[in-house]
Parts: sequence; structure tokens; C-alpha cells
Amino acid sequence: MSSLAQNPARRAFIARAAASGFLVAFGDAFATTPSAHATSAATSLNGWISVAPDGVVTLLSNTSEIGQGTGTALAQILANELDLDWHAVKIDMAPVTPAFVNAKWREYATYGSGGVAGQFSPLRQAAAKARSVLISAAAAQWKVAAEECDTDLGFVVHASSGRRLPYADLAQAASHLPLPAQVALMPRERWRYIGRDAARFDIPAKVDGSAVYGIDVKRPGMLTATLVQSPSFGGRLADVDAAPAMRVRGVRHVVKLDDAVAVVADNYWSAKKGLAALKPIWDNSQASKHNSADYAVALAAGVRDGGTVFARRDSSAEKEMTAFTEAMRSAQKTMEQLYMVPFLSHATMEPMNATVRVGSHAAELWIPTQTQQATRDIVAKELGLPTSAVIIHTTLAGGGFGRRAELDFPLQAARIAKRTGATVKLIWSREEDMRHDFYRPAAAVKLTAGIGADGLPVAIRFDSACESLLVYSGGGASKAAAMPVDPTAVGELPGYYKIPSLLSVVNTIDIGVPVGFWRSVAASQNCFAYECFVDELAHAAKSDPVAYRRSLLAPDSRERRGLDEAIARSGWNDVAPAGHFRGLALVHANGSVVVHVVELSLADEHKVKLHRITTVVDCGVAVNPLNIRAQMEGGIAFGLSATFYGEITIKDGAVEQSNFHDYRLIRLADMPKIDVSILESGESPGGVGEEAVGPVAPAIVNALFAATGRRIRELPFSKAGFTLA
Amino acid sequence: MQYTLNINGAQRQVDVDDDTPLLWVLRDALSLTGTKFGCGMAVCGACTVHLDGRPTRSCVLPVSAVGSARIATIESLSSDRSHALQQAWIAEQVPQCGYCQSGMLMAAAALLSSKPHPSDADIDDAMTNLCRCGTYNRVRRAIKRAAGMPVEEQT
Repeated sequence: MSSLAQNPARRAFIARAAASGFLVAFGDAFATTPSAHATSAATSLNGWISVAPDGVVTLLSNTSEIGQGTGTALAQILANELDLDWHAVKIDMAPVTPAFVNAKWREYATYGSGGVAGQFSPLRQAAAKARSVLISAAAAQWKVAAEECDTDLGFVVHASSGRRLPYADLAQAASHLPLPAQVALMPRERWRYIGRDAARFDIPAKVDGSAVYGIDVKRPGMLTATLVQSPSFGGRLADVDAAPAMRVRGVRHVVKLDDAVAVVADNYWSAKKGLAALKPIWDNSQASKHNSADYAVALAAGVRDGGTVFARRDSSAEKEMTAFTEAMRSAQKTMEQLYMVPFLSHATMEPMNATVRVGSHAAELWIPTQTQQATRDIVAKELGLPTSAVIIHTTLAGGGFGRRAELDFPLQAARIAKRTGATVKLIWSREEDMRHDFYRPAAAVKLTAGIGADGLPVAIRFDSACESLLVYSGGGASKAAAMPVDPTAVGELPGYYKIPSLLSVVNTIDIGVPVGFWRSVAASQNCFAYECFVDELAHAAKSDPVAYRRSLLAPDSRERRGLDEAIARSGWNDVAPAGHFRGLALVHANGSVVVHVVELSLADEHKVKLHRITTVVDCGVAVNPLNIRAQMEGGIAFGLSATFYGEITIKDGAVEQSNFHDYRLIRLADMPKIDVSILESGESPGGVGEEAVGPVAPAIVNALFAATGRRIRELPFSKAGFTLA
Repeated sequence: MQYTLNINGAQRQVDVDDDTPLLWVLRDALSLTGTKFGCGMAVCGACTVHLDGRPTRSCVLPVSAVGSARIATIESLSSDRSHALQQAWIAEQVPQCGYCQSGMLMAAAALLSSKPHPSDADIDDAMTNLCRCGTYNRVRRAIKRAAGMPVEEQT
């Protein structure tokens, strides 16, 4: 979710929502915030870190495990700075309090590829300070200067006397010492864990069925609910006769919600059968009536008719328009192309679910969520409880991709639990999950370039048309920041090519379809449009796609280095095997650079065989290379499904797709070989969860052009008749 | 209805409706939650178990159709993650979110039972389970590793 980082309005909202950053609070977070997670015998060194008598050091994390493996990377950072034996490191979820917010988002949440990127420095600082007080405690006991002491894998050591004390024996004394304001970090030559492959902590439980996801939660006396929501967005439940469901064995309650009806039963199957027996009557007077075909026309018109200039923070609409007009004066000719993308579903493998118990003075949620703090706050508000009375237990999540940053399903579960008085696990069917997502917006992006005498662009104008994420996402809490332009929906202009002037003009066209943050967010349409367009500019200039891009990249830039590495790794300059063609695309997002080179052939006129994707990622310091490779592979798979098949269509304000048979994902046999290389750089870590998605589609478009001379400018490829071989 | 099912080598009694899919019998009646609900229409494979050794999508199989078949779930692969596939899954660091992996493992176990040294085409044909995180290449590598076949360094 690249845009969150750069969006001041969203950040301001987050800052309001969080009482304070953890940097301010970590000194005594534990003392003031007793946690159910801390064993009573463990000693807290600061908010994040505690040492148990057996020497096990626990890191309290604010980052949900949604498949991205951040917890292990955070543990590596901790172990590195605190100089720990890897086997003595444990990670646990922190309580949802201001002390534990993500330092970058100032919110207890997992998004924007910020789990490591946002916490690398603060966590190193916290761990280094903990190490410092452990050394001080040992020095005091030995009556030597702290400077004479060092650490060695969980021990403080005094080299000249040969004395050693384990951290566990020092933790109590150390916890009474003031944390130093300044502390030296572990020098790079002493890094034991950062930058080394680490097996993920969460994986063993995922090979024997013992891992507990939200859908697996069991509580005493728990009932199971499932529901159907108004098929058309914005429709309300007018009426429903509960009797047919109540006759189904095991059904206990039928709960009417504003826009849905839920059946609560002893188990899921009874609830589902009860629901199937109901004939809800929907009031569609306020519902969306839109259709995808009409919307595509409206989006195309939206990028033709102009809109609001999206000015950078330090600029104004007038200034940017003037600069653009000025730059265009030197253009010898112009080129214009329109790119279109559809609504897309997150389609996490685990459908939305939440388990809620509502007591008279408190509530508890067991939930696979990416947004603990906002979930707690909205449930507290709904139930009329103080936020401190709502406890969030974060379970493993069967995928997130931005979907679990939304608040609809916990709110429904809380309402149902309150109305029935029971502990309720709400499980959505796949059909509900598909039809009531917060979709990647359908979008049109029109690019217009002024081209100079040398064939290079002197200015590029982006006209974007789509819905606003902030109108829908997070319960619309940041809606005000979406006017007149929602920066999260359209993203920042890609600045990595040296183009004298860029202008962004936006038309927000709302049709009542909920949209939200989808892995890679605006980069998913912008990178597609931009990297296809640059390839088209190169072709028009009779230049090679690599040479053209190189001439637009600063010689010492990370993008140029990444591009050159990808060219070398992929054998771009070697003759391709007969019938094989290559294409490339790159992106700079969330502090990371990703380059894909695709090699493909055509099995017949419309069947694309992907042979290999060569990926280069520069994510700054690469904390866990093993997992970074996995995230690149994952981003590519996500991008491939969107490139070839992904499309949610709307008819009469309702989603037409319902399950994986009509919202197709790629399968194992479709997956090309992937060669990932990580370009180590000294930059602080960037994101790796989302950044591989954007360049997939344009790299394939560009390779397909090389193969066929045909340009695809609308996703998915299935619209143009292309499928995977 | 009362049913006696042969699950993971033990006889288990359940009282459920005839049309209850085996998936929900396992998850709700027997607390065997390793088998996952993904789509409810036998498309994604997250619910894959073995019926007399054959990979079967339990979300569309009514309990009344199970009869005396031997049912094996992910929980029965081993008691200590020692099954060759589980070891390979850990060695290759296959899972990301992990939600589809029980089904993947059960499909892979059935494949190796019938074809101890599967070709890439065999793996393509047998492993039709959906994974949204994109673990496919690692699944392929782990199957080969478990089969004692050479594994390409990075594919």
C-alpha cells in the first residue's frame, strides 16, 4: 500500500488515532501496560523486549502474520542488536496499546510494506539500549567499567578477567537502570543475523495443521454465524421471514442487520443451510445501479475531459500546469495512449471471519486482522465501551493483501454477538467474500507525452479516473482527505525517470462499488500504464527498451543499477532461444526498486508460455534474503493472476463473479521459473511485500509486443483473447 | 444421523445431518481444523483429504457418501513433522500465509504414493490447488526434495 506513506491526510488521521509513537513510550511501556503475553517471571527491559529466567528473550510485535514473514525479520533485528543466541528468541503479539504502534504509521497495524521498513531503526535502537543496560548491570556487579565489557550471544563478558554472566541473571538489575538516550548500534562487521537467511518461525505449524487461523478459533459455548449481504452495493434489508431458517436443525438465531441477514447456529453447515432457506427482500432504492460496461465508458471520458490537478505538497495546481505547459513548448511531437484496468478482488484463501464475545463491561475479539487498533476502536464505539475494554487477540491470517485492513467483518460479528448474547464466530462464504470486497479500483490512465528532438520525453501528463479508496476504506473515517483528489487511489507520480515535467490530473468517478487497498495499491495501475508507455515511447524513437530507459535513468541511481543487473542476469543481450521473446518493466515503490525481465513464447496465436522471470530487487538492507525471495515470488504470482485473468465486473450495482471458477487465479502449472537476485545496498530497508506486483503486467505486455507486434493496453489479457499455455 | 467414520486410523462417532460435507464434520464435529475451508465448490483444494488414499476435496463430499472409507487428514501425516514432505516443506520454506498448505501437502502425499518420482508434468497435473501467496515453485521443489530427486537451486 505504497501511497499511505506519502499521504499526509492519511498520516494525520493515523496520528490522531494513536495517542503516541512507541519511541516516546517505550521506556516503561511494560510497567504501565501489564500484558497477558508476558510471563510473570519474565523481566521487561523496555516495552518491546523481555528476558525470561531461562534466557529466552521475547519480542512483542505489532505486525500481523499474514503470510509475509515479518515477525521473523523483526526477531533477526532484535537478535542482531541484542547479541542473542538465535534459539533463545521468541516473538509474540503485543497488546494493542499506544506503546506498541508501528513507528512509521503511528498505528498498531500491518500495511504499506512497513513492518520491517518502518521499524528497522527504532527496533535496533530499542534492542541496543536493552543491551546497554545489561552491560551496565554486569559492570556494576563486577565493579568494572562498562567500557571493559562486551556481549556474546546472550552473555555479558569481561574479557580481561574471563567472567561471563547470562542475560537472564542480569535482567532484574538491568530493568531498574535508566535506558541511555544515545547508544551505539552494532557495527556492520558484527551483524550475525541481519542479512542472513533465517527460517521463518511460523512455518513448522503450517505443515501439520496445527497453526490456528481466525477460522479455527474455538471458544466455550461458541456459536457459528454466516450471512448474506445485499447483492447490490448500498441496498438495505427490507424484510426477511426468519421462520424457514429457524426450522433447520441447529439454527439458534436469525439476526437482521441493516444491509445483511445472518443465521447463527451450532455449526457452520447448519448456519449455511438456514441461510439458504431464507428469502430476504432487499430495498434497492438507494443502491448502486451501475454496470461495468457503462463505467468503462465513463472512465474513458473521465481521462478525456480533464479534472483536478493533483499538485505536489510543495506546489500548486497553477504552478504545475504552468511548468507543464512551459516544458511542452520544446516538444517536437506528442504521443498519447489510454490504459484500462478492472476492479480486482483480494481473494484471500481464508474467507473473512471474526469471533467475538461481548460481556456487559468488556468485549474480546479473536480475529485475523491487519488493523488491530482501528478494529478495537470501531468495535468499542459500536458497543458503547471504552477502548481499553475491547481486547484484540490476533490470530494467523490466511492472506491479507490489504483486505484485512477493513472493518466490516469485525463490526458485523460484534453486532451479531451482542444481539444473540453468545460468543459468535462469523464466517463468510466464499461467495460473500468475492462479492463484498473492497476492490482494487477499476481505473483508466491516459498518458500524454511531449517528445523532444532526441526522442526522449520532455513532459508527461497523467490523466487518471477511478473511485476514491478513502471514501470506502476504513469505514470512510478519512473520507475528507479524498477531496478533491484521493492520493491513495491515484498514487504519486513515478519520479524515477528523468523527465523535466510531470503533471497529474484526476477525475474521481464514484459508482458505489467499495474500493480499498490491494497489494501494491496505485502502483498496480500506474506501473502498468507507465512502463508500457515508456516501452511505446522507446519503440517510437526506434530505440531499444533498455537503452531508452537507461538514458532516462541517472547513472548512479538505484534504478539504473537494478536495470543493469537484471539485463546481465537475464541474458537480455544474448540471442534468445528460437521463438522466445523478452520484455521488461521496473518500479520504485516503498523505498525499494524491483525490475522484472520476462521471457515468453507463444504456444499458438493466443497461448502465452512464460519461461522465466528474472527479478532484481534492491530493498536497501535485506534483512532476511530467504523470505525476500519468497515475497518476490508471491508478488509475481499475484501480478500474474491479475495480468491474465483477474476481473470483477458489476451488473445492476452487484458483483457478477462469485467464486474461484469465475474469478480465476493462476495455478502451479502456470508459474514460470523465477530467478530472484537481491542487490544489497546500504539504504535503510524498503518494502518487499507489494513491490513485485506492479511490474509484472507491463513486462509481459512488452514481451508480447516483441513477440507479436501487438500492444495490450487493457487488463486482463483474457479480454484480448490471450491465456496462459 | 449417527455416523461412524474411520478417521486417521480411529473409529469416530458423529451425529450430523446427512448432507453435511465431510469438511465440516472434520472441522466442527471433530475439531480437526487443519483441513481448511476455501471455496465450498471443490475448486481451490484447501480442503483436500485422502479417502482410501485418494486425494479428495472434502467440502463437497456429503458425510453420507463416505461409508467405510479410510479418511486421512493433514493431522495424520506424522505426529512430529517427520514425514518426508513436511521436512521438505520446512527445508524449502514453502508456506507463506500457509492456509492452502494442508491441502497442498495432502495432494502431494497422494501424488508421491502413486508416483514416487513424479515428472514436472505429473506435478502440474496433480497439484491443482490454489495458493494466493504464490508458493507454487517452492511446492514443486519440496515435492522433488521429498522424492529424493534433484532440486534446481532456484526456479
